[in-house]
Amino acid sequence: MHDIKHNSKGLIPHGMSACAGCGLELLIRKVMDVLGRDTIIIIPPGCAASFSGFGKETAIKVPGFQGNLENTAASAAGVRAALNAKGNTHTTVLGFAGDGGTVDIGLQSLSGALERRDRIVYICYDNEAYMNTGIQASSSTPYLAKTTTTPAGKPTARKNLMQIAIAHDIPYAATASIYNIADLQRKVKKAKDTDGPSLIHVHTPCPTGWRYDPSKTIEVARTAVQTGCWLLYEYQNGKATINYRPKELLPVENYIKLQGRFKGLTDEQIQEMQKYVIEDFNKCIKRLESVA
Amino acid sequence: MAYKMLDGNGAAVEAIKMAKVQVISAYPITPQSTIAEQLSDLVATGELKAQYVRVESEHTALSVATAAELTGVRAATATASQGLALMHEVAGMTSGCRVPIVMPVVNRGLAAPWTLWADHGDAMSERDTGWLQFYCQNVQEVFDLTVMAYRIAEDENVLTPAMVCMDGFFLSHSMQKIDIPDQEAIDEFIGPFVTKNSYLDPEDPMFVCNLTGPDDFTEMRYQQKVGFDNSIKVIEKVQKEFAQKFGRKLQIIEGYRTDDADVVLVALGSMCGTAKYVVNKLREQGKKVGLAKVTVFRPFPFRQLREVLGGKEVIGVFDRSAGLGGQGGPLWSETCAAIKDYNSDIRHYVGGLGGRDVSVRTIEKIYNELLEIKNGTRKEHTEWIDVKENAMDIRQVLKNA
Repeated sequence: MHDIKHNSKGLIPHGMSACAGCGLELLIRKVMDVLGRDTIIIIPPGCAASFSGFGKETAIKVPGFQGNLENTAASAAGVRAALNAKGNTHTTVLGFAGDGGTVDIGLQSLSGALERRDRIVYICYDNEAYMNTGIQASSSTPYLAKTTTTPAGKPTARKNLMQIAIAHDIPYAATASIYNIADLQRKVKKAKDTDGPSLIHVHTPCPTGWRYDPSKTIEVARTAVQTGCWLLYEYQNGKATINYRPKELLPVENYIKLQGRFKGLTDEQIQEMQKYVIEDFNKCIKRLESVA
Repeated sequence: MAYKMLDGNGAAVEAIKMAKVQVISAYPITPQSTIAEQLSDLVATGELKAQYVRVESEHTALSVATAAELTGVRAATATASQGLALMHEVAGMTSGCRVPIVMPVVNRGLAAPWTLWADHGDAMSERDTGWLQFYCQNVQEVFDLTVMAYRIAEDENVLTPAMVCMDGFFLSHSMQKIDIPDQEAIDEFIGPFVTKNSYLDPEDPMFVCNLTGPDDFTEMRYQQKVGFDNSIKVIEKVQKEFAQKFGRKLQIIEGYRTDDADVVLVALGSMCGTAKYVVNKLREQGKKVGLAKVTVFRPFPFRQLREVLGGKEVIGVFDRSAGLGGQGGPLWSETCAAIKDYNSDIRHYVGGLGGRDVSVRTIEKIYNELLEIKNGTRKEHTEWIDVKENAMDIRQVLKNA
């Protein structure tokens, strides 16, 4: 419809309007590098909608549809069904939603698509709150993190999306982090080649919502993994593989001191959080080892 | 051409099958469930070559169908009542993206209290979501209007989704003998599905439905309004072609014995069959009564209704939905707006809610009231025409009274 006047490298143009240091912007560029042009993307309202564009402009060079907040997986399933009806098995259908659109309001339609074995790639960019609406807590917001709806810190731990995906026994599910692009892209390639539903849950730090210096996005993401606040693993055809297990976890304080959202925690709360992170980490490792 | 015994749901399925939809997504809900079942049978036996997406909710059902049509194939879903209410959010997406889905709606009341039975409250709650709405009098009309709906909705000057509304149980589960044309004739009539305007195609990338500012939103709504305006002519054209090809004439507004009528009742849906019977019965008694049957509710065909109601002193309007908090129900409000410059006395009736039969007696009572008003022997009418006298006494709990 409109002429493209400037050709940028990759499928996401330069100079789109994400916040400085946005983890999501890095993620979507790297994901689209792997998936390529023969992709149809579904994006719900949220931070990723800044790639859908505004008015006559879009920031994505592949066809896309911005559906409702809770029907990303459903819309992807509809696109897939139509492609199948036309005999098109080559085009990748990508659902690309945040944590709110996935683990809260979108969980039902996601579960439906996973159960039906719809061949879609679903990527959840997890910035651990509703960032686009102004940093309200989601069920993926971590324990004790402050958001505009948990001003005294979130009293409960996050929902475990990967365990939900694994409970559907889908052919491929993985976690990833934007600090390790090689690992991320290897997983996106696997998801693309999976004959059935695949899900990648990506830890995607957000300087605006987590309140850290925009230059530290990669450092924050890496520290999450080093402290055991995020774990890199994958689940393929019924077997789990831990991709990176730190020999010794760094103190959780290394991670939280980088971020304003944990500012003001008492010593007792930090201890509590440390205790929770180690317990949760060990529980997760144990569970994964049992399906290794 | 063949005669078949079908209920309303079966007739809808037959039309959907003959439209050769390629994607079906459906979720069961009484009284729509047999549509979901029969479509899955057709796909399982290979009689219909389509992808059947067995979804987990109506919200997903319409989401799948909408995205599938954007990807270039004709898609189908159907629902009722709470299911339609759950679709509400997506319904605006479908119409706003100009995705011309044709969807049977098996009318059933909305909770609370729970009901399973006929009532137009479900479809009326969606009347401003940008969908065409057709109301069926009988099973033949379910088939005919569904077939026509594809042509109308998919017309490039309309591109607006359509609800084909049939009264739960009274039509959906009522077996009637209907005439089904040959597949070739339907193929010629409907034609293949072609995406226009918005589509998802890697060969020709486009982003559909991004954020739109105040500088464009009004214009995009206006485009939808123009689609509705255009649809009236398209409906007339399609009805004419249908009559020529299949021999059955349907009208946007059917004036039944209205020309010389002293009083006219305006109504929608299956009750129109009963109303026609009552008209004939009262005519035998020398009472000049008529019926304005509204087949197309969206767009509201005010010009056609004005023609039928011109010069009528007393008019009754029957709403099969409660229209809570309004001066009258939706059909009444639209009728009043259509003939606001007429010097008519327009009386509002509510009835047939939650499956209450709109009986011969009920309609007779309305006509007799309207005739008495016309003759000057009555002033007040009975707005809630079939409500029981003890309405305020049922289920009263005295705690804290």
